[in-house]
Amino acid sequence: MAKKGDRGFQILANAIMTVVSVSTVLPFILLIIASFTKDTDITLYGYSFFPKHWSLDAYNYIYKEKDQIFNAYLITVIVTAVGTTIGLMISVLYAYALSKPRFPGKKFFSVFLIITMLFNGGLVPTYFMYTQIFHIKNTIFALIIPSLLMNAFNVILIRSYLQNNIPQALTESAFIDGASEYQIVWKIVFPMAKPIVATIGLFIGLAYWNDWMNGLYYITNAKLFSVQQLLANMMRNIEYLSKNANTNINLSNIANSIPKASVRMAIAVIGILPILIVYPFVQKYFVKGISLGAVKG
Amino acid sequence: MKTIKKYIPLYIMLLPGFLYLLVNNYLPMFGIIIAFKNMNFAKGLLKSDWVGFANFKYLFTTPDAFRITRNTIGYNAAFIVVGLIVSVTIAILLSEIRSKICVRVYQTVIMLPFMISMVIVSYLAYAFLAGDTGFINGVLKVLHIEKISWYNEPKYWPFILIFINSWKGAGYNSVIYLASILGIDPELYEAASIDGISKMKEIRYITLPLIKPTIITMVLLSIGRIFYSDFGLFYQVPMNSGALIDVTNTIDTYVYRGLMTLGNIGMSSAAGVYQSFVGFILVIIANWITKRYSSENTLF
Repeated sequence: MAKKGDRGFQILANAIMTVVSVSTVLPFILLIIASFTKDTDITLYGYSFFPKHWSLDAYNYIYKEKDQIFNAYLITVIVTAVGTTIGLMISVLYAYALSKPRFPGKKFFSVFLIITMLFNGGLVPTYFMYTQIFHIKNTIFALIIPSLLMNAFNVILIRSYLQNNIPQALTESAFIDGASEYQIVWKIVFPMAKPIVATIGLFIGLAYWNDWMNGLYYITNAKLFSVQQLLANMMRNIEYLSKNANTNINLSNIANSIPKASVRMAIAVIGILPILIVYPFVQKYFVKGISLGAVKG
Repeated sequence: MKTIKKYIPLYIMLLPGFLYLLVNNYLPMFGIIIAFKNMNFAKGLLKSDWVGFANFKYLFTTPDAFRITRNTIGYNAAFIVVGLIVSVTIAILLSEIRSKICVRVYQTVIMLPFMISMVIVSYLAYAFLAGDTGFINGVLKVLHIEKISWYNEPKYWPFILIFINSWKGAGYNSVIYLASILGIDPELYEAASIDGISKMKEIRYITLPLIKPTIITMVLLSIGRIFYSDFGLFYQVPMNSGALIDVTNTIDTYVYRGLMTLGNIGMSSAAGVYQSFVGFILVIIANWITKRYSSENTLF
């Protein structure tokens, strides 16, 4: 197997990938280090990989001011849990029905799903519908319902998996033995479809955990801020300050309400911590899901 | 009648998803009539006056229409090309590296950015780019180079945005190409190895031609989405900076600003409909070409 030049190629390939990996991970390291840096160091010397003074002040501050941050965390956890559960349920049910070989109206439900991938009304009508007709502004529903609950792509992935991995004969014989369709889904389909359910569940869960746009559109009540929205708002306040730095508007209120640099970074760290912890264990499901999506969209 | 009854459980299972799509996806489609009206909240949507294409005429007389179209398509084109080169290169390297542990570590690390939101990305970018405290300006200071006010200098942002987009997407896309490479018959490489063909030639004459269908499919899918941009990348990462608006305003950020900050519903909805229609045509064309090329990889 070994041939001339192969060793050199291995070294080169590893060197390139090491550089790529390190540059991918460096921003994260800077973020984490900044959260453990004494705040005055950041103001005086800027963000650094080798701070002059290490400090736990940022985390102490978060612990002291925990109400707002814990509340945001709670909102994120609730929204992610509820959204993922409901989203997964309705996606699997829709996909299961479409995986059946034939039933009257199958074509209609299939086309009905696919059209949503081709055309959409856009932000303006969606915004007016949700705020003027359904009045979900400043309710927790605004974080769960718009756009994230179910999408055609996930349904198609689940349907292909069910078609290829659950023999029709199995569900049919269960049916003949007197099991209802609901029992079949609950007792046979869900357990057998575990890999795809796990993969799609992770995709939906990640989308909810990371979502800040529904908050941006529909939430102005600080009690309903998710972690992501809290972070996005702090960033916007900084930008607002810098824009109006030279005007006479009294900005001290806003300036005082923005947590210090190290605290902001610490909140960001707390926001991604669950992902960093869970991710290595579930990575294989993501890889599987991504390759699956590429093979059959 | 009896057969229909047998299928009732199936319809009940379809119902929640059907209702959701009806509300979340179909109702807004009818809402595009806003773009053809002079929206008056006192009268409500249906009773507001029709104005025909006036909103569109007005939109296309502003320089914004050209700018947001240029930015949306231009950035996406750059993202497609740069993203393709980066992720295919990474996929090939990962497929060639022998140490399985190393491959796993590399893959785990480069997929990390895919897992985080654009808000977190904006924090990471800020730590590097902030005017007074950013890491890059710190390095420039050490080198005695004058610091750069990144958030006020449009000329750097095309590169910054392309870099960030590749950084965030490389892991995800390389997984797709790696799956495609791992599907290649190993005997081809064995034969090449016996013939003493160099690694570079192996990549050029075996790997690349055999993953070409995947590359073409992926590119076509991206072209189908070329009229849509990642709102977070263009709004949150440049911190909504006014000085950068020339190079960061895309259709999506324009629609958002029109609706939320400027309250210009006519222009905003016209731009949204423009995006929906051109986007629709593009995705149909892209899918049609994909279908002719390989029927397995089409969207529908």
